[in-house]
Amino acid sequence: MAEQRLILDKQDIDRTLNRISHEIWERNRGAENFVFIGIRRRGVTIAERLAKKLKEFEQVSIPVGALDINLYRDDLSEIASQPVLKETEIPFSVQDRKVILCDDVLYTGRTIRAALDCIVDLGRPQSIRLAVLIDRGERELPIQPNYIGKNISVSRGELVEVLLEEDDGIDKVIITQGV
Amino acid sequence: MPLQHKDLISIRDLSPDEITLILDTAVSMKEVSTRDIKKVPTLRGKTVINLFFEPSTRTRTSFEIAGKRLSADVVNISASTSSVVKGETLEDTGRNLQAMNPDLLVMRHANPGAPKMLADLLPTPVLNAGDGAHEHPTQALLDAFTIRERKEQLQGLTVTIVGDITHSRVARSNIYLLQKMGARVIVSGPRTMVPLFIEELGVSFIPDIREAVKEADVIMMLRIQMERQHESLFPSIREYARFFGLNRNVLQKAKRDVLIMHPGPVNRGVEISPDILNTPYTIILDQVTNGVAVRMALMYLYIGR
Repeated sequence: MAEQRLILDKQDIDRTLNRISHEIWERNRGAENFVFIGIRRRGVTIAERLAKKLKEFEQVSIPVGALDINLYRDDLSEIASQPVLKETEIPFSVQDRKVILCDDVLYTGRTIRAALDCIVDLGRPQSIRLAVLIDRGERELPIQPNYIGKNISVSRGELVEVLLEEDDGIDKVIITQGV
Repeated sequence: MPLQHKDLISIRDLSPDEITLILDTAVSMKEVSTRDIKKVPTLRGKTVINLFFEPSTRTRTSFEIAGKRLSADVVNISASTSSVVKGETLEDTGRNLQAMNPDLLVMRHANPGAPKMLADLLPTPVLNAGDGAHEHPTQALLDAFTIRERKEQLQGLTVTIVGDITHSRVARSNIYLLQKMGARVIVSGPRTMVPLFIEELGVSFIPDIREAVKEADVIMMLRIQMERQHESLFPSIREYARFFGLNRNVLQKAKRDVLIMHPGPVNRGVEISPDILNTPYTIILDQVTNGVAVRMALMYLYIGR
C-alpha cells in the first residue's frame, strides 16, 4: 500500500460544497437560467450534490447533465488503454443557458478543454463557468476555475484521488504516491 | 479491455465481453447522432476506405456516415468504377490502397473469405461488410443492439430466423452472435434453403412458420436473394410468400410483444406483407438508425487510438 495523505474528509467535502453552492448563488444573485454539467464520472456526482444543496438552501431546481469527454480527447493515441465510453446525457438544451461545468480535480486543463469543445457542439450557452473540488495547479492550458473547493500543491509524481460515496462508497480526498 | 483481433471478419473473432463492449460503446455513439451538430473530433486525421465489390446502399452509406460523424476522411470505392474492371487482382488492389496509408478498410465482396485474404495480407485493420454467403458481422451486431434496446438483454431470448438460411450471411452471423450471448435460435424456411445439418450449430429447425414463431421474442425475416438464385429452390415467389411470408395470420400465433426485424432491402409482399411493415412490432428502421451507432463504435474501438 502506497503512502497516503488525507486532504479532505467527509465533513470537509460537505462544508466545501456548501460554500461553493452559496458562492454560486451570491455571485449571480440567484441561479436563474443555470444548468450544471458534470464531467463523468465524479464531476457528475459533484454537480448533483451542488444542485441538491441549492434546492435545499434556495428552493431552486437546477437541471444536471452528464458529459463523457473521451470522444474529444487529444491524447487517445498516447494513453495506454483505450477509455471505455459512457453516454453523454444532457436532457436539456444548453442554448443561451448559464452552464456551470463541474469536475473533481483540475490539473493540466486538458479535460476541461475537451469538455468545452463538446458543450459548444451542443449549442451556444450564454456563459460557461468552472467549479472544481480540488485545484492541484500545473496547468498546461490557459484555463482557470471560477469556483474552487481547495487549492493544493503536489508534485508531478503524486496522485490526487477524490473518492465520493455515490461512486466509491466513501467521501475523502487523498494524495498518494503515483506508481 | 481492448479488442483482441486486428480485424473483424467473423463474429467468431469476438468474445461475449467484446460484444458487450461494442454494444455499450454504441449507446454513447447513438447520442452523438441525436445532436444538432452530429460530429465529434475523435477520428480526425484518420482515413477510412469503403471497398465495395457488391451493390449496397444501406451498409455503405451507414459506414460512410459513421466515419464522417467521427471526423474521419471516408473514401468510397465501388468495383464498377475501380481498376478491377481493368483486370487488377484483389491482392494488387489491396497493396495499392495500403500504399496510401489508410487507417481502416471496410470491405464487401461476393466471395466468402475475400476480406480475410486482405486482412492477412495488409497491416491495416479490415472490417467485413459482408462476404458472399459467409458472414456479415456488423449486421449481427446492430441487430443485437436493436434487440437489447427493446428487451434489455439477449440472454434467455428466443429468436426465430425465417427464410433462405443457406445463402444468408446475416443468418450465419446472427446465429453465432445470439448463441454466444445466451439466446436460443430457431430457424424456419423451405427445406431447400436450410442446410442439412443445421442442428449441429445448436439451432432448432421448425419448417412451419406458424409453429416457429410461437415462442419467439424476435422474428428475423431474411431477404429472398434473387441475385443468388441460380437454381430454383422454391416453385414461385407467390408460393414462397404464402408459406413463408409473415402476415397477420402468422403474427397472431406469436407473442404479443414480439419484435419483427429485417436486414433490408425488403421485398414487399414476399417476406413481409405490407400491412405489417407499418406496425409498432416492426423495428426495421431502428435497425438502420442503430447501424450507424454500432459502426461508429467499431471504428472507435478498432482505430480510435
